[in-house]
Amino acid sequence: MGLKRNVSLATALRYKGQGPMLTYVLHRIGGLGMAIFVTTHILASFLGGKGGVFVNSIYENWIFQLLIFFFVMFHAINGLRITILDLFPKLLDHSREAIWLEWAVFIPLYGFAVYVIVRTGLGV
Amino acid sequence: METKPKTLPLSKRGFNFEMFMWIITRLTALAMYGLILIAIIGALIMGARTQMNFADVMRWGFMPNVTHVQNTNVPDVAPWSTPFWRLLGSALLLVAVGHGVHGLVVIADDYIVSERGRRIVRNLSIIFMLAMCGIGLYILWTS
Repeated sequence: MGLKRNVSLATALRYKGQGPMLTYVLHRIGGLGMAIFVTTHILASFLGGKGGVFVNSIYENWIFQLLIFFFVMFHAINGLRITILDLFPKLLDHSREAIWLEWAVFIPLYGFAVYVIVRTGLGV
Repeated sequence: METKPKTLPLSKRGFNFEMFMWIITRLTALAMYGLILIAIIGALIMGARTQMNFADVMRWGFMPNVTHVQNTNVPDVAPWSTPFWRLLGSALLLVAVGHGVHGLVVIADDYIVSERGRRIVRNLSIIFMLAMCGIGLYILWTS
């Protein structure tokens, strides 16, 4: 019972899953990060007070926004790829190309967000 | 050579809770895209093109709550707190909480394999889901 891995952690980290594995890991980290962020953000807004204002001030910080924008945008774009491939299984023949397309969409969009957030954050 | 089909008909796959949530997860993802798109288009119509930067528009899109535009250059927040936007925000909240809590259950199922453990996770997730929906709706309709 409990957590049983057939491989050691060191072996797992050396697993060469390449592109699909990377999107799976980032999707999961992003989803988990968003769940924690949204939960604490809702609770902070609800409770208010010194603690709530402090927590929300972290979320308004531009460095945190870079992180959460990465999580949200990657999860959204990767999720759209998964949805399209799952609802139209014939496209699974091009799953590798779909991942390249996904990065081609994500990098400019996130890059633009980074540019705007950093510029606003530094007050340029 | 005949290629092996990649999909099974629904009758051979069986229809259970996991199968139901699998399709719900995909459909709620599309629903969130639709709701966020409406919020972004609405923001642009209400003047976000000159009064908000890209990041602020996205923040409003991810949750169209009036407090998300208070720190921008929007002169009057009244059009941003109409019942339409509160309803849209409520829909987005409910859809997102359902999608997100099931995502957490899927992750937990990867690591918690005992029947008792999974039952505890499911019960906790239901309590968590109801609490988040209630608190979120309260914030949306009182802010």
